[in-house]
Amino acid sequence: MVLGPDAATRISPAHEAPLKIDDQASEIMIAPSEGAEAFYVAPNWKLVWWRFKKHRLALVSSVILMFIAIVALAPGFFSTQDPNATNAKELFIPIQTLHFFDEGRLRPFVYAVVGQRNPKTLRMEWQIDQSKKIPLRFFARGYEYKILGLITTRIHLLGPASPEEGERIHLLGTDRLGRDQWSRLMHGSQVSLSIGLLAVFLSIILGILLGGISGYFGGTVDLIIQRLIEILQSLPPIPIWMALTAALPRDWSVERVYFAITVILSLIGWTTLAREVRGRFLALREEDFVVAARLSGCSQGRIIFRHMLPTFASHIIAASTLAIPVMIINETFLSFLGLGLRPPAISWGVLLQEAQNLQSIVLAPWLLLPGLAVIITVLALNLLGDGLRDAADPYH
Amino acid sequence: MSSEQRPILSVRDLKTYFFLDEGTVKAVDGVSFDVYPGQVVGIVGESGCGKSVTVRSVLRIVEKPGRIVAGEIFFRPRKGNGRLLEGSQDGYVDLARLDAQGREMRAIRGAEIALIPQEPMAAFSPVHTIGDQIMETILLHQAVNEEEARRLGIERLREVGIPNPEQRMEAYSWELSGGLRQRAMIAMALSCHPTLLIADEPTTAIDVTTQAQVLNLLRSLQQQHNMSIIFITHDLGVIAQIAEYVLVMYLGRLMETGPVVDIFHHPLHPYTRALLKSIPSVYTRSRTFLPTIEGSIPHPFNRPPGCPFHPRCSQFTAGICDQKTPLLQPVNEQQSVSCFLYHRRAEED
Amino acid sequence: MTQYIIKRLLLLPLLLFIFSIFAFFVIQAPPGDFVTSYIAELAASGSSMDQAQIDALRAMYGLDRPMYIQYLKWVGRIIRGDLGVSLDWQRPNLELISERLMLTVALGLLTFCFTWAVAIPIGIYSATHQYSFFDYFFTVFNYFGVATPTFMTALVLMWLAFQYFGVSVTGLFSPQYVDAPWTWGRVVDLLRHLWLPAVILGLDGTARLARIMRANLLDELNKPYVEMARAKGMSEWKLVLKYPVRLAINPLISTIGWYLPLIFSGSVIVATVLNLPTIGPMLLRALTNQDMFLAGAIVLIYCGLAVIGTLISDILLAWLDPRIRMEES
Repeated sequence: MVLGPDAATRISPAHEAPLKIDDQASEIMIAPSEGAEAFYVAPNWKLVWWRFKKHRLALVSSVILMFIAIVALAPGFFSTQDPNATNAKELFIPIQTLHFFDEGRLRPFVYAVVGQRNPKTLRMEWQIDQSKKIPLRFFARGYEYKILGLITTRIHLLGPASPEEGERIHLLGTDRLGRDQWSRLMHGSQVSLSIGLLAVFLSIILGILLGGISGYFGGTVDLIIQRLIEILQSLPPIPIWMALTAALPRDWSVERVYFAITVILSLIGWTTLAREVRGRFLALREEDFVVAARLSGCSQGRIIFRHMLPTFASHIIAASTLAIPVMIINETFLSFLGLGLRPPAISWGVLLQEAQNLQSIVLAPWLLLPGLAVIITVLALNLLGDGLRDAADPYH
Repeated sequence: MSSEQRPILSVRDLKTYFFLDEGTVKAVDGVSFDVYPGQVVGIVGESGCGKSVTVRSVLRIVEKPGRIVAGEIFFRPRKGNGRLLEGSQDGYVDLARLDAQGREMRAIRGAEIALIPQEPMAAFSPVHTIGDQIMETILLHQAVNEEEARRLGIERLREVGIPNPEQRMEAYSWELSGGLRQRAMIAMALSCHPTLLIADEPTTAIDVTTQAQVLNLLRSLQQQHNMSIIFITHDLGVIAQIAEYVLVMYLGRLMETGPVVDIFHHPLHPYTRALLKSIPSVYTRSRTFLPTIEGSIPHPFNRPPGCPFHPRCSQFTAGICDQKTPLLQPVNEQQSVSCFLYHRRAEED
Repeated sequence: MTQYIIKRLLLLPLLLFIFSIFAFFVIQAPPGDFVTSYIAELAASGSSMDQAQIDALRAMYGLDRPMYIQYLKWVGRIIRGDLGVSLDWQRPNLELISERLMLTVALGLLTFCFTWAVAIPIGIYSATHQYSFFDYFFTVFNYFGVATPTFMTALVLMWLAFQYFGVSVTGLFSPQYVDAPWTWGRVVDLLRHLWLPAVILGLDGTARLARIMRANLLDELNKPYVEMARAKGMSEWKLVLKYPVRLAINPLISTIGWYLPLIFSGSVIVATVLNLPTIGPMLLRALTNQDMFLAGAIVLIYCGLAVIGTLISDILLAWLDPRIRMEES
């Protein structure tokens, strides 16, 4: 029942099948359907793509992730306010729900909020004022920002139609300093995603290097690296990270802290990837097609790059995709505890720090919303990674 | 008619299909055969022809998404297994009608019909001792206590020629050699004295010298207990050694059936002939090419219309073989063939 | 078997040595030292010290000596059971930690038991009922379990409990038991408070474990020995529990090695959010206040707990799987 490819194609699945085999195939197989025939002679990446396409959730996830990535590349464009601008007069404003249609026509608006000081608690209490609409417009002019540090512009995706009159909107409310939560969420995505990617990138380098050395040389080197991995994996990571990040000098710049945290996260993260690389390396070394390549006199480099790497790369990509969400969550943990990134840097973890205790949540439940961004991103990355992992091995 | 002349197992027009997302695979498509007491029936065919699914249907252990969709499997249980025979007049139970996981079917599996699998290494659990697994079968089907079961287990191991059976009871399967492992598997299968033994390529995974020993052992145990055996293999040499009656299977259908002597000396179906030609022989001239069967087995979703063998057949007649499916028909005293070269009876659809 | 355990035990001192160096590094890492922090502490409260006093203090703690001497002195003190004094709390570290260590371990173990008790049945059900409604349900649940940071679950539950039931789920004891001596009533009260943090802390692990169990069991269910057991006439649930489940659990035992450290690791965050008196929040406070001797001691203890967990999993695995037992001896 298993639709395994025959031995001939198994020997070098990474290669595009030359035409000759194709011709023979149609001769040998008496009545294979078009699909079956294509399956037997398809190159590896095509098989991976076919399998991946079957995972609807993984496909949906990759679309969602693309949106998140666009936001992370140009958060300013999606923001409505300067994320770090504080405003003592606008503390804890609740969510102003975005309405797209006004009287049946596409005319986005939000209702205005009015504040009243509670005479007992002396706190501002905000009410949505249904009688007053703040009209919005697409590609509105707002504060000045830079896209990717290159293009300076004032155009934003959405903004109040007449900002000159001091109209301001807070799609996700404001925090205890009156900062706009929506804009901070947009900007936070940049740091949270990039820290995940960068930490995984460093982990891959460390992992491939050490895992490769371990798998290639074997023997004592392998033993030492394996023990090191074992020890690192048996440690509780969060206390270690906490201790390491707490040791970062207080006077470091935001960029230095950002980079240091990335390094700290990947210091433990590399072990999983190294294990993966080593395991694959050892398994592939024994595969028939590698043995066949060796016996037919291929050079070491050709075996590694032409025969092993293509079958191997998809696994590494899948494992890395699954490692990114772990990094994102870990950065969130550290920043949440106040040991990660420091203001004025904004990450989802930094935002969630505002929701650290019961009082703030009861007062402003919308401060929990960045958590939703974390969940969606991590969920999408996990689904994508699982889809890739299943597709990575089209022969099983 | 004395009970000795009545078959112990009679399979009638069995159809077992697998319902996959990609389509339906007709793994067994209308197979009928009889097994008589004390008879060794061999089923030959290339891999994927439905031999294993046929016997798994008899045992009712076909895995999802496979299902018996039609046909009868009449089995004659021992007299003692009376509960099974309620409502049956001639002493037969239709296994295809029983609940696959029900009490009746489970009382037959292991006790009356036993299985020897292809890979004894994988068929023993690696974390349970051999003794534990043999005693389990005995305790399931016989009213004995644990001590007695152990004694019986040791006896079985001794019977199949395993040295130091007391110690082997405590051993794990991976501690034994391939031959011993298969012997232990046979001991387990025979632990409740089944009347029908199903051997699914039991010698494929072991080397040739051990193979002969295992075959001899099976043969002598068969005579000793007067068991019937269904022996599955793709090796015609093994069939010649052990079987009395042969079923040749191709793509879920029987191509030819008959006594082993007739099949080997007087094959009728083009497929059987091609199979026999591809056996290496010491009498042919050395360094000549062995004849092979043209082409390969079609993809299971793409069964050719008409006779399943026609695309590879050397005597294929256009307009007939690719239009109609021949039925298995007796063509002489001994043999039955499903081929239009010998008769005109086709499946009506 | 004994040989195997001895081999594992011999590795312990080496590990503890590595961890102690790490903990010492943690202590040394912040700029300045214990005395600088102390001076800062004094300055904050408005008093100060003269240089002579400062030097005397430095000499007392051996801070004027080379690094390795400081390390040896520190290790020597630890072996004697002296973990130093907390600047922040003005109490001996050992006292501070031992009070909370038991609760930390209790929370960890309860979480672990919860995880296994829930994940294994879910994994078995999902594998034996593949593609059924509940299989999909559990799959979705598992994805969310893995994707939700533990503190989010804690915060949301805390908020919901407060908003709709008006109860505060923080802390581990009711007010009357907080400082009470250990009695049966106090234990019951503890368990009544402990289960929620344990569930929150265990959700992520439960999800992961159930997924692994499902995948392992699906692999095992296709093995020939399952078919063989079926062919013997065993009843379905009996054979599933005896053979494939048993074999699918074996690889799970080795997950204890990394799962226990993760529980202790995650408990830092959950305990901080729920304000539990475990060593986690104490570590956070020590780190933010640069109370480094306390922080170092806690890090060392976390490492120790993790190593014990790994050791237990190794021994369990060897005990349960005859193949590993043979291989190692």
